[in-house]
Amino acid sequence: MTIDPEMAEIVKVFFQESREGLDAMESGLLGLGATADTENINTIFRAAHSIKGGSATFGFAEVAAFTHGVETLLDEMRNGVRPVTSEAVQTLLQACDCLREMIAATEAEQPLDQGRIATLNSDITHILGERPNEAPAPASSAANHGAGPAAPKPGTAAAAEQPTGWRIVFEPVAELLRLRNEPTRMFAELERLGTFAAQADVSRLPALDALDPESCYLSWTLEVSGQIPRPKLDEIFDWVDSHCRLEFTPTGGSAAVAPQAAVQAVPQAVAPSAAPAAEAKAAVPAEAERSPAAVSAPVQKAAAESGSIRVATEKVDGIINLVGELLITQSMLSGFADGIDPDDLDRLRQGLSQLARNTRELQESVMQIRMLPISFAFNRFPRIVHDLSRKLGKKVELKLSGEGTELDKTVLEKISDPLVHLVRNALDHGLEIPDRRVATGKQETGTLELAAFHEGGNIIIEVRDDGAGLNKTKILQKARERGLVAADQELTDEQIDNLIFMPGFSTADQISDVSGRGVGMDVVRRNINDLGGHVQISSKEGLGSTIRIRLPLTLAILDGQLVRVGKEVYIISLLAIVETIQVPRERVNKLVGRTEVFRLREEYLPVVKLCDQFGVEPDSRSAEDGLLVVVEADGKRAGVLVDDLLAQQQVVIKSLESNFKSVSGIAGATILGDGTVALIIDVPGLIRSVINSAGAISAHAA
Amino acid sequence: MSTAKTTGADRSGTDSSEQYLTFMLAGEEYGVDILRVQEIKGWDKVTRIPHTPDYVLGVINLRGAVVPILDLRRRFGLETIEFGPTTVVIVVRVMSGRGERTVGVVVDAVSEVYNVDADDTKPPPDVCGSVDTVFVKALATIEEKMLILLDIDRLIGNSIVDEVVPAGAAA
Repeated sequence: MTIDPEMAEIVKVFFQESREGLDAMESGLLGLGATADTENINTIFRAAHSIKGGSATFGFAEVAAFTHGVETLLDEMRNGVRPVTSEAVQTLLQACDCLREMIAATEAEQPLDQGRIATLNSDITHILGERPNEAPAPASSAANHGAGPAAPKPGTAAAAEQPTGWRIVFEPVAELLRLRNEPTRMFAELERLGTFAAQADVSRLPALDALDPESCYLSWTLEVSGQIPRPKLDEIFDWVDSHCRLEFTPTGGSAAVAPQAAVQAVPQAVAPSAAPAAEAKAAVPAEAERSPAAVSAPVQKAAAESGSIRVATEKVDGIINLVGELLITQSMLSGFADGIDPDDLDRLRQGLSQLARNTRELQESVMQIRMLPISFAFNRFPRIVHDLSRKLGKKVELKLSGEGTELDKTVLEKISDPLVHLVRNALDHGLEIPDRRVATGKQETGTLELAAFHEGGNIIIEVRDDGAGLNKTKILQKARERGLVAADQELTDEQIDNLIFMPGFSTADQISDVSGRGVGMDVVRRNINDLGGHVQISSKEGLGSTIRIRLPLTLAILDGQLVRVGKEVYIISLLAIVETIQVPRERVNKLVGRTEVFRLREEYLPVVKLCDQFGVEPDSRSAEDGLLVVVEADGKRAGVLVDDLLAQQQVVIKSLESNFKSVSGIAGATILGDGTVALIIDVPGLIRSVINSAGAISAHAA
Repeated sequence: MSTAKTTGADRSGTDSSEQYLTFMLAGEEYGVDILRVQEIKGWDKVTRIPHTPDYVLGVINLRGAVVPILDLRRRFGLETIEFGPTTVVIVVRVMSGRGERTVGVVVDAVSEVYNVDADDTKPPPDVCGSVDTVFVKALATIEEKMLILLDIDRLIGNSIVDEVVPAGAAA
């Protein structure tokens, strides 16, 4: 089967959905405990089934054949014929990997790894061969479904105590066939579920000369009996539910489920192709093989249980810009309202406050589009932990919490790799092997916890293990050996722990292929710092370690402190601000007559004068007249001298580089409520420049 | 975006003619390719940017985009004047070494839109008054007046992206 350009798009979607399906299978498989959780197995099965169906439709016979074996195994598990053993799960996990490679190879039009496929196939066959295949054959029904005007109607004979069947009223719109949907395929799906009968309503059928062969005039009353969960039906009709009226009524037993309200929506923009699905004469659907819709629908359902959409980031950014602009217009209008006829004023004010609320809500919800739950990053860990603990011979229980915590897509993408590194580290270095754990009086199985939660406008991610903890003596010794810490320098426990983030630091006695080369933790810290975040470790020897990552929720918005220098307003990120103080004259000193420093408790910090840095005329040049904003970046502190503190507000970060170029000391710009542009101060850059110039001065002096 | 404005305009000239928006600067009339002009707006307060040359007046908010504003008088090294009621900002799209940029230039006043025939243009002489010749694409004679046709990519693209800015140049 060749793929014409029109199909290429659909095939691409299939690949994408197959990957999502495989992710679902994988997480489902990892979640399978000793007892078979039916719902879970069903999810896995559905994913496998969709991949099989899709690949068969698109002519990827090898993928389909391979998935068939997997599906058979899953089907037996699902029906309780076969127990869920850890070997079977392991094989299925490998099958997932193999399928992922097959799909990648198929997409890239590369040859498949036949050897691997054969091995796994024989593994699966072996498992299947262990016991006779006694899957209950689904009750078959009349073959002439769909087409016949009056198919045999087998009453609900089995109707007993519980809902044992469904009556479905299916009234498609006339365009159904033109939209490439194929009722007979859906009927075939239904037939697989249980005893099935269809009754066609031909009352809408026009006279032969008025008949449009591409329109669908029929509607059906479908009866399917068997204990079928409602979602299975939804799956089948998922693709067409915007093109028809559907009504589901349970038959037999307690009909607790209210009949589904008519589903009628704007028809989807499924490319109305030149080639109609049905070339039949009397609107009788022909057996058309090219209906991808019904097949790929279940994948979508399985993968997108949260109902997500794919939107190009640029589009979202465009909306964000517009909403920001709306906000500005609104605040401008509020300004006008102060000088208008008092009679109209109240109504105007009321309207404006409503506008203000609406725009703010709109902005919030638009910003939400960029936010994704952290589960996107967490989901890969069950597999990583599963594989790695096997390899290392350790027993580990992985606990995830706060998977629903949302953060910006960009932050999410950039935090995944550092997290993987931290988890691998915890498994390799942190958790002990079972014997050692038992010897030290711990549970044989170690616990690794990944937790995410919000804290004061930031997101906190914690990686906790109950392993051996950091060996402080060893760390300090290593650090001294490498000259990272002076021999006579005293460090607090916390400082010692955080030495592991120094470049080139590893306490592992042996370098394994998992970790231990000492090129990890410093990269982790740098990545997190680049995101405007912060990482810290705390550890108790023998009890475990906790790594705490603090990240901004988004890179697009910043919690800012507006400061004033002369007539200019600048923004300093609240995350960088430690405190703001007024310093008395006696605590300010001049080093070699140029750089001013001030004493803050035990520390001497340099004073950064924004007026000099940015060449603006301040109210006052002396440190004691203004306010010193103590900022911190990369572990270094400085006091930024400003004339006044203004409001704190969330600002949308705009790049200066998009129309200009980067400017030293400036991280970006934003637009304030009055429509003017304010610059955001690059705190790390500012501190660096001060320290560099101070270095230059001392060099001159020497 | 702005092309809609100009495509509807009457282009009576031959195929080789181009439309130019002209503006006044210290008594001379300059022209820029009208297809590059996004809009013309009145002068408004800007936010100053540190560590930039004096002709970069600052940035403004143009419907959500942060756009730099350049003073052409300063750029050409001409005597500066008080901004008056005719002072306008011409917002142009320029190609720089790093892609398309939107930039505003402050000029004394906008003047006309002319169809300039390629036959009416002459290359600039080697010495060309107050403007560095590399920024001048051609000289044109229209109704006995001389128009200085500017190459804004060279003029602005260079100055905002590629040029190394000496710190403290503004002081």
